[in-house]
Amino acid sequence: MMVQMLIEAWRAMGANRLRTFLTMLGMVIGVGAVVLMLAIGQGAQYSVSQSISSMGSNLFIVLSGSSTSGGLRMGLGATPTLTVGDAQALSELPEMLAVAPVVPGVAQVVYGSSNWSTQVFGTTPAYLAVRNWTIAQGYPFADSDVRSATRVALIGQTVAQNLFGNEDPVNKTIRIKQSPYLVVGLLSAKGQSLDGRDQDDTILIPVTTAQRKLFGSQFQGTVRFIMAQAVSAQMMPAAEREMDALLRQRHHIREGADSDFTVRNLTALVNTAAQATRVMSILLGAIASISLLVGGIGIMNIMLVSVTERTREIGIRVAIGARQRDILMQFLMEAIIISIVGCTAGVVLGVGGAAAANHFADITVVITGGSILQAFMVAACVGIFFGFYPARKAARLKPIEALRYQ
Amino acid sequence: MDPIIRIEGLYKEYETDAGPVPVLKGIDLSIDPGEFVAIMGPSGSGKSTFMNILGCLDVPTRGKYIINGRDVGTLNADQLAHLRNEVIGFVFQGFNLLPRANLEDNVSLPLVYGDVQKSERIARANDMLGKVGLAQYSKSLPNQISGGQQQRVAIARALVNRPKLILADEPTGNLDTRTSGEIMSLFRQLNETDGITVVLVTHEPDIATYAKRLVKFLDGSLIYDGEVSEART
Repeated sequence: MMVQMLIEAWRAMGANRLRTFLTMLGMVIGVGAVVLMLAIGQGAQYSVSQSISSMGSNLFIVLSGSSTSGGLRMGLGATPTLTVGDAQALSELPEMLAVAPVVPGVAQVVYGSSNWSTQVFGTTPAYLAVRNWTIAQGYPFADSDVRSATRVALIGQTVAQNLFGNEDPVNKTIRIKQSPYLVVGLLSAKGQSLDGRDQDDTILIPVTTAQRKLFGSQFQGTVRFIMAQAVSAQMMPAAEREMDALLRQRHHIREGADSDFTVRNLTALVNTAAQATRVMSILLGAIASISLLVGGIGIMNIMLVSVTERTREIGIRVAIGARQRDILMQFLMEAIIISIVGCTAGVVLGVGGAAAANHFADITVVITGGSILQAFMVAACVGIFFGFYPARKAARLKPIEALRYQ
Repeated sequence: MDPIIRIEGLYKEYETDAGPVPVLKGIDLSIDPGEFVAIMGPSGSGKSTFMNILGCLDVPTRGKYIINGRDVGTLNADQLAHLRNEVIGFVFQGFNLLPRANLEDNVSLPLVYGDVQKSERIARANDMLGKVGLAQYSKSLPNQISGGQQQRVAIARALVNRPKLILADEPTGNLDTRTSGEIMSLFRQLNETDGITVVLVTHEPDIATYAKRLVKFLDGSLIYDGEVSEART
């Protein structure tokens, strides 16, 4: 019975190939658009989540506050008020996973006949944990290196590329501002940051070495900023309060007076970016869904025409014993076949389009089995939904009127 | 023997904007198994409406219709469909074959709705095509054969589910005289050899003479019921 219905549906569709094809085309374009837009939307979300994880999660940055000097208000970080001791104290808070003080600077680096200007961060081994960064080769420097301010360095991929080419940089000696430093490890690649900077163009050295030997400072023992990672996203508000209270106490700031530091939640920035891409993918999906809806209406339109054209055939079938549900199923089957065949072609088109977008426009695309399955389910539902009304109209035709129809 | 068709006090009215228009005004008729009945009457006499009610394609406004022992008034749509499939075989003036299906598929269509297995459907369809002399055309399409042959196919389709009753509405209306004679001979053979009850509507007296019993309609009433040979033409 089912097989016979499939054969008859196929025969009916074959009788007017161009019309069947055009009806299907609406479905193909609709499903293709949905698959493509989902792929692009998910690709964008994937890119953002990659950037987020390269920055590290649940991050705070503590900056030195502004200070007023002779009526001139200086910007944030102008007067270094934070110290390695502050970082040490913060790391003892229960809400904190890792805390790293940072003394940044720019320096010329030389190895053999190559030289390169790069960003040098004086910090502690905890920085790697905070930034979710790993060592590709060699070892990180240790807390003992920080205590004794040894001249050791961890170099980023871009720096290694520019100084060493294909040579293995580990255990080589480079010179930073004329002083020799032993390269103990090579950092793994991290790529671009959210604001487009190359995160691999970096050298990490012990914070004490940076303070005492490399940059020097009029404010001895201070750091420019502190990066801190909370235990979890849920702990972030509590961590922010605790950090604020602890630093005010350590800096002897009276009740009501302005803090000489600022705590910034980096996750908020990241969440905004994630939110923006999420809105974008919903928007893309919505636009694509409209074309799927139009495709569905096309099916309904053609099925209604088909029912009218085949009124007499319906009459004959009823006269020789077809039940209402037989007629209903027959027309519904046609709508579903059109939907499913159209959907299959649409998936192919969408995946092909996504591959083309990836290849020619360098857009990150993510295609999951789930999104394809979703497109299939929607297409089947569209077929049933828009096929049902015409099919029911066919099934409810009065037999004598149907037989008399010319 | 119980009659295959028993009709008592059958009325049919159509609702129009100008009020109900009576088409059948109290028909009483009984047909026994194995009869060959011709129904005649001028246009608008109600004979086609009567035929539609006999075929369970239309329902009477009032009155009783019992077919094969079952009261049609008590049956639902699915039961009526089952009745049309198993008890009745239809033959129409316009043949009414499905244009895109070959003869074998056309003839086996009632078996599809009767849930018969595919292999048996094909065997029985070809058997019937053989019976009407068209076995060699089983894979042809309806428009590839003549009108008379198409009507034979329609008869094969009506017979394929072994009905007790064949209802033919102007079966020779679109055919020439010679072909009409062949079709009518086929009906007579089915009636005499296989004992199938045949009821046919016609307006041609020559065609009616193939039947044994004649029923005449005029203005929604039955005005004659008797032997064909005794009827005035």
